[in-house]
Order: sequence, then C-alpha cells, then structure tokens
Amino acid sequence: MGKSATSRTILLLAPLLLFLGLAYVVPFLGVIRWSVTLPEPGLGQYHAVLTDPLVQSVFIRTLRICLIVTAAVLVMAYAIAYVWVRGTPAQRMLAEFCILVPFWISVLTRAFGWLALLSNRGLINTWLQAAGIISEPLALARNEFGVVIGMTHFLIPFAVFPIASAMRAIDERVLLAARGMGASRSRIFWSVFVPLTYGGLIGAALIVFVFALGFFVTPAILGGGRSVMVAELVYLRIFQSPDWGLGAAISVVLVLFIGILLALMRRFIKPAHLVG
Amino acid sequence: MQSSRPGPVLLIIATAVALFLLMPLLAVVPVSFTPQRFLSMPAGTLSLRHYQALIDNPAWGQSVLLSLRIGLLSSAIATVLATLFGLGIWMFQPRFSALLIGFVLLPLIVPPVVSAMTLYFLMTTLSAFNSFIGYDTWIGVALAHAVMITPFAVVLILVALFQVDRRIDLAARGLGADLTTRAFRIIIPNIKFGIATAALLSFVLSWEEIGVTLFITSVNAITLPRLMWMGLRDNIDPAIAAISVLLIIVTAVILALRIFIERRGTSETK
Repeated sequence: MGKSATSRTILLLAPLLLFLGLAYVVPFLGVIRWSVTLPEPGLGQYHAVLTDPLVQSVFIRTLRICLIVTAAVLVMAYAIAYVWVRGTPAQRMLAEFCILVPFWISVLTRAFGWLALLSNRGLINTWLQAAGIISEPLALARNEFGVVIGMTHFLIPFAVFPIASAMRAIDERVLLAARGMGASRSRIFWSVFVPLTYGGLIGAALIVFVFALGFFVTPAILGGGRSVMVAELVYLRIFQSPDWGLGAAISVVLVLFIGILLALMRRFIKPAHLVG
Repeated sequence: MQSSRPGPVLLIIATAVALFLLMPLLAVVPVSFTPQRFLSMPAGTLSLRHYQALIDNPAWGQSVLLSLRIGLLSSAIATVLATLFGLGIWMFQPRFSALLIGFVLLPLIVPPVVSAMTLYFLMTTLSAFNSFIGYDTWIGVALAHAVMITPFAVVLILVALFQVDRRIDLAARGLGADLTTRAFRIIIPNIKFGIATAALLSFVLSWEEIGVTLFITSVNAITLPRLMWMGLRDNIDPAIAAISVLLIIVTAVILALRIFIERRGTSETK
C-alpha cells in the first residue's frame, strides 16, 4: 500500500473513529473516573459492588432472569426459525411477518402491549374474571413474571436471525444421506439437523444473554420497581438515590464481564445477524 | 425438500410463538378505545377520547416534531460516517480491519445502560461549555443517538459492500478513474439501496430510542418515547394506547417501504 493510499484510507476511516473516540471512548474514561472518585477517591465502590447485599441480590436476580429468558427465547426462536426457513412458501411469509413486525416496533409500545394484556384490568384478567374462572385478578405484571415475558418477547427476533442463518447453511444432501440410510424423521431432526445448528444456537444464546443483561426499559415498566435488574439499578443510582460512584462502578463491572464473555466466544458472533 | 418440512408438533409450537409475538401488539388496539381514564378493556361503549387527547394536548405534537428533527439529523450523521468508514474498509482493506470494525460496533455491544451513562457524562461535560450542544438539548440528543445507531448503519453498509463485485472497481481503476470517481460513480451507486436501508433503520432507531434519551433529557428535549415513558411509569395513561396504535401503523408502512426498497434493489442488481 503506497503512502497516498494510506493517507486516503485514514481520511475515510478517521471521521467515524474520531467521532466515536471523542463522543464515546473518552466519556467512558470519565465514567471510570467517577467510579474511583465518587464520593471519595479509592476502590470503595468496587468493594461495595462485590459485598453489598442489595447489589448482590440484584446481580443474582439479574442472572436468574437472564438465564430463564435465554432458555425460553432459544426454544421459541428455534421453532419459528424452522418454519421461516423450511416451511411452505405461505408458512414462511407468515413467520417472517410475525418475526419482523415486532422487531421494528418500539420497545415502549411492546412493553405497553404486555401491560394491556397482563395488568390487573388488562385483557387476560378481564376475560378470566368475566368467565368466572378467577374472582381476584392474577398478579401477572409488575413482578418478575411480567419482566420475563416482556424480555422474552423483545429478544426472540435477535435469536431467530443467527439460528435461521445456521439452518439455511445446512447442506441438504446430509439430510438426504441420513434418510437414505433409514433414519426416521425425528432421528434426522435430533441427531443430524439440530447438531448442525449448534453454532447458530450458541451465537443466539450469547446475543440474547448479553442484551438481557443490559436491559432496563422493559424491566422498569413490567417489573414496576419490584424486581429491579442490574441495569435498572444503575439508572436508580443516578437519578433516584444519587450515588453516581456506585452506578459507575456497576457499569464498569458489567462492561468487563461482557467483554470477557464475548472475547472468549467471539467466533460465534456475526455482526450481520444484529440487523435482521 | 418434502421430508424436512415442519411436522405437526413443530407447527403447533411455532404457531404458539407467532401468536405470542403478535399478542401485545393486538392487545393495544381495544385498550385505545376505552372510555375510561385508566388502562382498561372497553366494556360496551367505545370512545375516541384518547385519540382526541393526542390532538388536544400540544405536548404530543411537539414531541413528534422534535423526534422527527432528531431522527433526521442523527440518521444523516450516522449514514455519512458509516458510508465513509465502509468505503475505507472495502476499498483499501486496511490491516486491522476486523479490529476497527469491532471498535465501531462497541455502542451496540456495550449494555445500553452503560452507553447511557457514558453519554450522560459527555452531555453534562459539554453543557459546562455551551448551551447548544449538551444535556437536555435537541442537538445533544441527536449526537447521542448518532453514537448509538452508527454501528447498525455500519453493519448494513458493510453487508451491502461485500456483495459488490470487486472486478468492477478494478476495471474502473484500470481505466484510470481516481478515488473520488470510483467512490461516487462506481461504488456508491452499487450500494445505494444499502445506504438507503441504513438511513431508514437509523432513523427508526433514533425515533424509538429511549434508554439513552432518558439519561440525557429532563424538561426541554422531550422526544416522543420520552413522553410515552412519563405516561407509562406510574398511572398508565390510555393515550399511550392510542399513540401506540398509530405507531404500529406507521411502522407497518415503513416496513413495507423497506421491503419495497430491497425488492427493487435485488431486481436492479440482477
């Protein structure tokens, strides 16, 4: 590469790199500084992150919710991805519609839709009461159940894209060979088809888990402040009981955790899967 | 392949998933017609009062205009920066391409709440120096949104670029075209649908953005999602249902537009 080519490359790449460097990386250093200076210099806030019982309980709840959500999302995404990839043309179109429409609709609208279904005067409780099945409304929203439902709904499309891509990459002849050797339909599915999609499944699990960890809009609305997750805790520490240092320290710990996780598993992540 | 069509069990599960995906969107519709002041199912009579409230309360119209303005500016910034970056990567294939791409995808990978806090730091710092760009200003929000949506634009533009046949660029180079000619006359026309999709997705993502916006606005820069958030937290305002129904319709139209753009894109390249 000649000297002028190098300077032209820099000319094209520099605007975005500079923009993100100045508007993102430098301010993040500021957040790190907050974490070791507020309210007093030192590593006190990191000590608090590791030992404070409230923070601990929030971390454990977050981990529990993220694992449940990831498992639920993978099963549901796998089923609809299969129909999207291998269904009849009509089935494919319907599946695509059901995957893409929610994907493009705002997280607030979706969370509100779940409130309309799950809250005390919502659709489900109204119907169950009208049918005489229950006398008191069931507590479906403003708790952990509501959070799990809302997050699962939000994250399904993000899992469908990598899984569907792994399914499309399967060589048809491998399945034909299995059939030719007398394997049953379910045997082909479980022993040949599913193992060939493990890469996509792991990529999907990672994306879902990482996104779920950092989520706070859906838990804040559907949890109603009763089942606070770690990202919502950061929000509360900044705006309700100001403790910027703790909020900053939790942020830094989150970034480190996700950074290590992704560095270990980076070969399973394909950026193109994040945009549908 | 007949043998690998979904069987009945899988179809039943997939149907349940499809219903699960559409349910909350459908549930919004009846709530928007309730005659009550609180979130409820309409019993007997239907009412348009919550749609009327959207018109009567000027806050809704103002927030829509503000969100449009922020969406257009941030989408323009993101699309231009992402296109230049994509061209640089594709034309020169610099040595640390993977690392550079990983770097610009950071705002997508880092948890939204951490990005929000980072941008909160940036905006409060900028506010100390000026009153135009910073905390609770519309340009500040547009810049913050640009940070968050640029990675999506980069991914879409790179996907489009990697479908371009390198030989047409080589041919142009062999015929003596300079860098600007190659970029503007050869490469950009070949990825114009990728660029259009990137601009559209960027706009929609900014239009919907709430996580970062919550951190960097208070009373002046009230975007539409910010206004919805205020109506959602404590006493749920059924006007949210009315605006949601309208948003779902708008989104469906935009989605149709995107599919239309992509159809044209594929038919022209073939």
